[in-house]
Amino acid sequence: MTKVVAVTGNEAVANAFRQIEPDVCAAYPITPQTELMQRFASFVSNGQVKTELILVESEHSALSACVGAAAAGGRVATATSSQGLALMWEILFIAAGFRLPIVMPVVNRALSAPINIHCDHSDAMGARDSGWIQLWSENAQEAYDNTIQAFRIAEDMDIRLPVMVCYDGFIISHSIERIEYLDDETVKSFVGDYKPLFPLLDVDNPKSFGPLILTDLYHEVRKAHSETYKKVPQVVLRVAEEFEKISGRKYGFFEAYRLEDAEIGIVILNSAAGTTKDVIDEYRQRGVKVGLLKPRLFRPFPYEEIGNALKHLKALCVLDRADAFGGSYGPLYLDIAASLCNYSQKPLLINRIYGLGGRDYMPEQAAKVIEELMEIAKTGKVGSLKEYIGVRE
Amino acid sequence: MATPLNLKELSKQEIRFTAGHRLCAGCAAPTVVKMILLAACDYPVVAASSTGCLEVSSCISTYTAWKIPWIHNAFENAAATLSGVETMYRALKKQGKIDRDIKFIAICGDGGTYDIGFQSLSGAMERGHDMLYVCYDNGAYMNTGIQRSGATPTFADTTTCPAGAVIPGKPQQRKDLTRIMAAHGIPYVAQASPSHWPDLMKKVRKAIETPGAKFINIFTPCNRGWRSRTDDAILLSRLAVETCFWPLYEVENGVTRVTVKPKEKKPIVEFLKAQGRFKHIFEPGREQMIEAIQQAIDKNWERLLKEEEISASGEKAE
Amino acid sequence: MIGWKDIPPGMVILEAGSAMKIKTGSWRAAYRPKWIEENCIHCLLCWLYCPDNSVKVKDGKRGEFDYDYCKGCGICAVECPGKKGNKAIVMEEEVK
Repeated sequence: MTKVVAVTGNEAVANAFRQIEPDVCAAYPITPQTELMQRFASFVSNGQVKTELILVESEHSALSACVGAAAAGGRVATATSSQGLALMWEILFIAAGFRLPIVMPVVNRALSAPINIHCDHSDAMGARDSGWIQLWSENAQEAYDNTIQAFRIAEDMDIRLPVMVCYDGFIISHSIERIEYLDDETVKSFVGDYKPLFPLLDVDNPKSFGPLILTDLYHEVRKAHSETYKKVPQVVLRVAEEFEKISGRKYGFFEAYRLEDAEIGIVILNSAAGTTKDVIDEYRQRGVKVGLLKPRLFRPFPYEEIGNALKHLKALCVLDRADAFGGSYGPLYLDIAASLCNYSQKPLLINRIYGLGGRDYMPEQAAKVIEELMEIAKTGKVGSLKEYIGVRE
Repeated sequence: MATPLNLKELSKQEIRFTAGHRLCAGCAAPTVVKMILLAACDYPVVAASSTGCLEVSSCISTYTAWKIPWIHNAFENAAATLSGVETMYRALKKQGKIDRDIKFIAICGDGGTYDIGFQSLSGAMERGHDMLYVCYDNGAYMNTGIQRSGATPTFADTTTCPAGAVIPGKPQQRKDLTRIMAAHGIPYVAQASPSHWPDLMKKVRKAIETPGAKFINIFTPCNRGWRSRTDDAILLSRLAVETCFWPLYEVENGVTRVTVKPKEKKPIVEFLKAQGRFKHIFEPGREQMIEAIQQAIDKNWERLLKEEEISASGEKAE
Repeated sequence: MIGWKDIPPGMVILEAGSAMKIKTGSWRAAYRPKWIEENCIHCLLCWLYCPDNSVKVKDGKRGEFDYDYCKGCGICAVECPGKKGNKAIVMEEEVK
């Protein structure tokens, strides 16, 4: 039984939390995440969930408390944005290093300076190598669906890793959309009972978390950690398959839109993919063979599958909603380039930076990119590799 | 029945912090840990430590000295981490998944408590988690090589405030963390010293039997950092009490009580002269520095006695 | 030393008290404590104050030193009250 509602992205994710009922949530307010935890706090206050909330004094403590709670041996979640994620940075690596299945929606927002409350992806991109699995979401439905799947992925006994569910601040978090909710029982039985691994509260079998590991063992510990991520893709697919059975909605590593027979393509994350698809439809009507790839599983990055899906193109633009300062390309671009580098036949690549700090991504921007790609495909010549688009001169 | 706090009975209890740890010879921290865990011997305990001497020396490679569940997360977040553990305990207990009565104790150095971990500590105490936070205060960042901390006493020579020709050791006064914690209005705050072990153990026991957030600051000599002898950790902690450098007191539900009053208050020189970190202030022409230290101690001690008097009369009035 | 395939998830240490495998008695440099039984009043302060759990106690009575772990700090000798002014613990030169 599904229920169709009109809610904001934050409300949808808060509802997923209500259905899943983590044992402990620790959180600190930050725009645009705040509404999510506010809504969830009202479920706690009204006795609709069994969850214990820890209303900490910073995001650093939010994630630190989550590490303690998860190590203790129960289901744990938090949520944040931007500066909050930046403040958690140190503990992100510890949560992953301890292999704790914490779930954290990241409501994407630009990083300071200058301070800005609106969407871009610089927050989550800055945490991409922390060892957290990252699932990205185009709309509120995907944010809701990904949140539910995130618990199953995180808690899988083969991997036991924390998961971020990324969705765009304000654009998705605060816009009302049509959502299909699964019913509570379906979600509860899909997520299942929490199974602890090495619970600290098992006082009859005392364990020590967080040893000092020096030159004689650190390299081995990190190799073992690195190997764990090889198991993640199968788990993500297995969970997606089961999720399709209860929801009818199909998820994978990425969404390929009109890509198979395309000659030129765009790679883009999250909400801007929707706008891009509309523009692609217009160009398709005019006979232009253009397609799109929207990554969902960004960490671990499915290099092989994405490379395979893109290698036949003649020209490809990676649109990054985050810059990498210091003269580098955008973070998404670098991974796409790496996924294609070993193919002898591959598209010419360009990188365009759009939408920083919540700057609207308009259909004209997508159209301009497609025009440029058509030109590159025709001439085989790339003008400028990396440029900002939608920027005033 | 609670295990009596006498050594004959306590020696029959398991010491839940084993030998084989890599703390320096003569370090007082393992003795302090032993006393805390013996005082709590009637309960299962889950502990947390911040990064520091105790942490790196007790749990290294595949070896742990802890015979209780223990977690080290990072330097500044032991209080937040343990507050998460304690909250999960309450959640699972409420759900009927745990029926044991477990105590939660954080044991952290002064760097992780006074300085970098202060926000996390203050937050956890304000939220009222049912946990005891113990600071083993050795008055500097000993683990990284004796750098000054907010707990370093005035004029002490450390590697980041070295006694030089112009600046004679740490120019500032120590942060009085115990009073700051008392100002949080939590049900129990105390200062203790391993030299006065029955007092220390009684305080730990009182703390773990009190619901809510508790804080105990324990004086913990470090012969490497203080440039003292390896055999004088207990002797120095006794002198710290007898000179009133480290008064033994508790603040229980807002009522201050000095638990040990020295019969005869010894001059601070006796405490200072046994430590190389104060050697420079004994040079000719620096007598006023010792005098300044003495005056600060006298002032604090008198204030504490006055505070005890006022809070006792306030208690009577109620 | 273990290889990467044997690393437990999260490098969690599952064997409580495994530090006992590290015999820190090898740290003793110049001095080792010696127990003089006839001067001992079995106050057990040495047991309590020892940072390395190196004083054995059985049925409330003090036993020998555990030289496997004793680092030779000498706290026990300083704190020993002894009997009639005679210490029950003295530090003597280490024999290797």
